[in-house]
Amino acid sequence: MARITMREAISQALWEEMERDPRVFILGEEVGVWGGTYAVTKGFYDHFGPERVRDTPIAEAAIVGAAIGAALVGTRPVAELMTINFAFAAMDHIVNEAAKLHYMFGGQMVLPLVIRTVGGGGRQLGATHSQTPDAVFAHFPGLKVVAPGTPADAKGLLKAAIRSQDPVMFIEHATLYQTRGEVPEGDYVVPIGKSTIQRTGKDITIITYSKMLEVSMKAADQLAGEGIEAEVVDLRTLRPLDMEPVLESFKKTNRAVIVEEGWKSYGVGAEISARIYEDAFDYVDAPIKRVAQLEVPLPYNRALEQMALPKVEQVVAAVKEVLNG
Amino acid sequence: MALTAEIKREMYWTMLLARRLDERAWVLHRQGKIAFHISGIGHEAAQVGAAYALRRGEDWVTPYYRDLALMVALGYTPTEFILSLMGKAGEPNSGARQMPSHWSLRRANAVSHSAPVATQCVHAAGIGLAIKLRGDDRVVFTTLGEGSTSQGEWYEAVNWAAVHQLPVIFMVQNNQYAISVPSAKQMAVPSAADKACGLGLRGLSVDGSNVLEVYNVMSEAVERARSGGGPTLIEARVNRITPHSSDDDDRSYRSREEVEEGKRNDAILISRQVLEKEGVLNAKLVEEMETKAKEMVDAAVAAAEAAPYPDVSEAAYPVYVEEVRRG
Repeated sequence: MARITMREAISQALWEEMERDPRVFILGEEVGVWGGTYAVTKGFYDHFGPERVRDTPIAEAAIVGAAIGAALVGTRPVAELMTINFAFAAMDHIVNEAAKLHYMFGGQMVLPLVIRTVGGGGRQLGATHSQTPDAVFAHFPGLKVVAPGTPADAKGLLKAAIRSQDPVMFIEHATLYQTRGEVPEGDYVVPIGKSTIQRTGKDITIITYSKMLEVSMKAADQLAGEGIEAEVVDLRTLRPLDMEPVLESFKKTNRAVIVEEGWKSYGVGAEISARIYEDAFDYVDAPIKRVAQLEVPLPYNRALEQMALPKVEQVVAAVKEVLNG
Repeated sequence: MALTAEIKREMYWTMLLARRLDERAWVLHRQGKIAFHISGIGHEAAQVGAAYALRRGEDWVTPYYRDLALMVALGYTPTEFILSLMGKAGEPNSGARQMPSHWSLRRANAVSHSAPVATQCVHAAGIGLAIKLRGDDRVVFTTLGEGSTSQGEWYEAVNWAAVHQLPVIFMVQNNQYAISVPSAKQMAVPSAADKACGLGLRGLSVDGSNVLEVYNVMSEAVERARSGGGPTLIEARVNRITPHSSDDDDRSYRSREEVEEGKRNDAILISRQVLEKEGVLNAKLVEEMETKAKEMVDAAVAAAEAAPYPDVSEAAYPVYVEEVRRG
């Protein structure tokens, strides 16, 4: 297995899927000659040509809307939105069209569409370029929402997304592109809708995904040094949500902390904790805690931004609070 | 209004100061002292020519991220700009909360835009509507790049302004590139001004490197808007001679010859020639201005470096108007 970056893993998945299936094509702002804002499609334009790697006008609604049209007639578009913050300019097409067309056609038409986009803070890009609105998209039935935390999952899940018959929001994290990990070569597919255990432990369950997996794993390392064994569950897909590994782990540890980068209110942690209370109430030994972003638009100044984002120390503190509470 | 020699010199000075500030921002980025810079180099004549046709501080402005020279013309100081780049306390756009070049200056009636492009144009239409409702004679000036004219919201804004005959001036600063994508891939018409045809307003194209030409065209548009004649679409043809932003390397998509050609038609150069020909500018005056600009930029950097960062507790505020600060 090769040790490659998240960027390379995503790029590899796209490249292999385009080689495998001539119906797959890419459209988006700056994806062609420039190779994408995060350099994921570098080299694609020269290899696959301008028809399959299409630089679009700056018009997010049209990028998603056109991708929907193209998907309905049997192509497999991978639409790139430069950042998830721009997805709000395409919201009608994502929410009122992509999420509902299959259902509203009574299943007659399929929409094999991937919207690749980039979320998350930590790069000093200010409030309107740094959001983590993953839960917003996960709210809508009809969408699949994927947010990988490791290079291997990024590759495998993107392949699954491209092969999916349903529209998939594939949310990458702006500060994970340089993260390295072992990635299987060749046709490696990770099914959408499967959570996984990233670290085993007996004392507490930490449930997380995407960038916060990295933060949670660091917290777990630190806790191990103090004799606390945390089990870390990576959701990987927010919709459809696979609670099985979460519940299995919780029934063993009886305690949980949920770590998400977005805001706590109405967020991923709210959903997970509600489901634990609904489905494993008899196993609850302590109140479940959530670690999330400060409830403000994310500021530009570095210190302010770092203060607002969830940190390793906060996860460690939350775990101790749950254990000692 | 005929411009006096003194005003013309002031216009050139404003352009020059903005240019030297912009150049220093690139240096500060390369020194690792700031996180991000997006440049307006090459756009100064369009912005300053337009600003001087406005009642500055009274008319409303919804700018875009390349409008450093416009903001300087509206009274944004060098120190304020460097403070914003460094995310320091007292930075007037946002108190270090918003990223640089998202201008927002209450005293200049300048309102910031969002992340997706062209949002400011719809706001301009709304401000125009309110002006009309209130019955005063202000106008709104909004700016954007030619790539932003692909955006649905831009058409919606222009259509609104035209339908309701609102006092809005839309200025497209056409530098031929939307980051890396050339304008031929953004629009099927040669000039953004052509887009006015289908929307029912006047569309004009002007040499955006010639500060006086921009001023003349803009003055007409402002007069029309102020007297109830409705909106105008102006395309200012400019040269982007830098990469899109500090995150970009334009060598992968632009030939060096093209950039050199842009430098030969650079706004500072062309406007200087125009003003020298008019006899209001000469080498000695320019040299004095250069010295003064360097002093001011140096002083701004020193002041900003010495300024404190905001306290981290500032991160929590001000999310709502009505809230009590705790602690």
